[in-house]
Amino acid sequence: MVTTTAAAEVGGEPAHRWWRYPADLWWRSLPLRVIASVLCASVVVLVLGGFLLMQQATSGVMEGKERTVRDDARQAVESAQAQLNANPLTGTVDVDRLLFELTRGFVARNGGNGQFETVLVSSGASFSSGEVADRSIPPALVTQVQLTNDLLVTPTEVVYTDGRPPVAGLVAGATLTLPPTNRYQIYLIFPLTQEVATLHVLRNAVVTTGAMVIILLTFIAALVARQVVNPVRAARQAAESLASGNLHDRMQVRGSDDLARLAVSMNYMAAELEKQIGTLEDLSAVQQRFVADVSHELRTPLTTVRMAAEVLHDAREDFDPIAARSAELLQAELDRFEALLSDLLEISRFDAGAAALTLETVDVRDVVTRVVSASSTLAERNNTVVSVHASEPARVEVDSRRIERILRNLLVNAIEHSEGRPIDVLVAADENAVAVAVRDHGVGFEASQARQVFHRFWRADPARARMVGGTGLGLSIAMEDANLHGGWLTAWGRPGQGAQFRLTLPRTSGTVLETSPLPLVPRDFTPVPPPVEQPTAPVAPEEPDLRAGSVRLESTAGAP
Amino acid sequence: MSETTRGASTRSRVLVVDDDAALAEMLSIVLRNEGYEPVWCAYGDKALASFREAKPDLVLLDLMLPGRDGVDVCRDIRTESGVPIIMLTAKTDTIDVVEGLEAGADDYVAKPFKAKELVARIKTRLRRTPTAEENELETLRIGDLSISVDGHTVKRGGVPIQLTPLEFDLLLALARRPWQVFSREVLLEQVWGYRHAADTRLVNVHVQRLRSKIERDPEHPEIVVTVRGIGYKAGETVQV
Repeated sequence: MVTTTAAAEVGGEPAHRWWRYPADLWWRSLPLRVIASVLCASVVVLVLGGFLLMQQATSGVMEGKERTVRDDARQAVESAQAQLNANPLTGTVDVDRLLFELTRGFVARNGGNGQFETVLVSSGASFSSGEVADRSIPPALVTQVQLTNDLLVTPTEVVYTDGRPPVAGLVAGATLTLPPTNRYQIYLIFPLTQEVATLHVLRNAVVTTGAMVIILLTFIAALVARQVVNPVRAARQAAESLASGNLHDRMQVRGSDDLARLAVSMNYMAAELEKQIGTLEDLSAVQQRFVADVSHELRTPLTTVRMAAEVLHDAREDFDPIAARSAELLQAELDRFEALLSDLLEISRFDAGAAALTLETVDVRDVVTRVVSASSTLAERNNTVVSVHASEPARVEVDSRRIERILRNLLVNAIEHSEGRPIDVLVAADENAVAVAVRDHGVGFEASQARQVFHRFWRADPARARMVGGTGLGLSIAMEDANLHGGWLTAWGRPGQGAQFRLTLPRTSGTVLETSPLPLVPRDFTPVPPPVEQPTAPVAPEEPDLRAGSVRLESTAGAP
Repeated sequence: MSETTRGASTRSRVLVVDDDAALAEMLSIVLRNEGYEPVWCAYGDKALASFREAKPDLVLLDLMLPGRDGVDVCRDIRTESGVPIIMLTAKTDTIDVVEGLEAGADDYVAKPFKAKELVARIKTRLRRTPTAEENELETLRIGDLSISVDGHTVKRGGVPIQLTPLEFDLLLALARRPWQVFSREVLLEQVWGYRHAADTRLVNVHVQRLRSKIERDPEHPEIVVTVRGIGYKAGETVQV
């Protein structure tokens, strides 16, 4: 079950990966978020503000201009009407002439400053001063002017005949009456060149100012963010430093704001931690001291007793049978007592955290060979054959004394429970790890007991007679030793089908194990009856959340 | 005992420095049983006086003593004699053992030990080097040193260098086979008499002590050369 989920997770990951990086960056950097927020907000505010400003400015300018245009146009139209009234005319030619003069007159009066251009439209032709095209007058205006006597003003686009680019403008239209009945339309076109230029300048000013304000605001935001983030970062660093054991580190306290209070709290916490840890360290030192003292105090009398027992044992032939047997028992039990004492002291050394590694690089195969040959007598006594399967070199950085002790414990344990069936010791290595598995085909244990076998003084079957007389601490010590190396010690077992203990060690001390070169479930294990899921179990990847050295319980799917 | 070749006495004298009366008595029984002559001293501060008075062939020294620390006693004895010293220690923690070895102890036995184990250690330390392959008049050369095998002396340019018997044995083992690289385990077997792998710190500490006496510059040894990852070998012989 676990395997499937893990695989799905792994498979799904790459698809999400491309957006992870920016997202990570976003969530990792507080200053980035502050700056980005300020930037966005200020852009919105400035765009809105600039827009409003430009609109108000434009409408203000345009209204003013329209008023001027209206006044100028009215004046011009009135003066034109007056001119017409003063020249009662006869004949079309004269009229045309007059109109031509009129338009030209306007231009002249304007002094050529280009305030407006005039277009006069008679029934037949149009007279234009300057280079303004007739197209500049919107047809809608023409229609309206024909219907009314009022002066009408409307915006338009001024088109020139001499190829100048068209500009925005205003056009005022009115009707002139030439007595008795002729009506002419007069249009005064006011190009807004000046105003457009002014608004352009204004717009540029607004944009430039806006851009500068945005940049400045960003800088300010960065500055503020820094001011806030720096103390927070300092707090983080202080916390990390504390976590890594520098209990004397304190934060600087400046002022009395929230951040200063944070620093004060952090410092208080650090002080409390230091005090607590100091107390614990003292306790631990007392404990270690106690262990050392107990060790010494117990060992000296034990040495005397042991030597006395030896003397008695050597002289037992001179004793009567009862005394002789007693001497033998005394000797044998002293061995057990001594083993138990040294195991207990070893355990309490682990508990006190006083165990230290003496690292050297060794080939695990050599250690295995040593252990196997040292246990050969015991194996012979149990009619068990121990075979070692180790083809490749397995060099690893370890405390060889401890590794030897682990392997000795595993092997003795296997021989003790083998019931005379052969034992296999497998050694395998990959790039990162070296593994040794000790497989026996003896009594085995329930799958659910794979964790318990490492418990102190745990026995698989309390009713079972002790054969070798181990202290009951061997596997616990082996587990502690494995943990000390950052390695794993795992157990697998089935009742009646034997057990396998696997030790996995990282090649170099300090690296974290991810996989083991050997499977947890023995390769020769064929479950009876074979469950469907079983074949996948041995190749199941190591679960990433496993603590180093913790016991890997194998899936219960295969349990009978 | 046949091993005892030193002095007029046929019985080697062993000084037991231990504050535990019961253990000391038991040790005396065992030692006497093995043919040694035990002398007991219970106080650290009186150990040196006892040593001078008894002139033992070997010292069994407990590390935790009233009056004066065992390590200090060890150092005191070393200043005036190279007599073999075996520590009796209840602590197997690195620092105590190494301290004792650095103070000049030749070997150590961790309590609780078996009588046979202790006796084997004593025998090794009291055994002088004669073995079949030796030519007793031989003079060996190692580096710029000359070693007189039968005289148990080491000289540099005619000037004798004082070595303890153990240090002499260690140097001799290397000098006899200058072409061979000795692993720590092999040295433990040849010099200390350990059949099975034992504490290699014994070798490390004593090589350091030996170097401090025979090397011109102990930081850059030329006589006892370290072979990384394997052990030690004798340096090139220099013609003087």
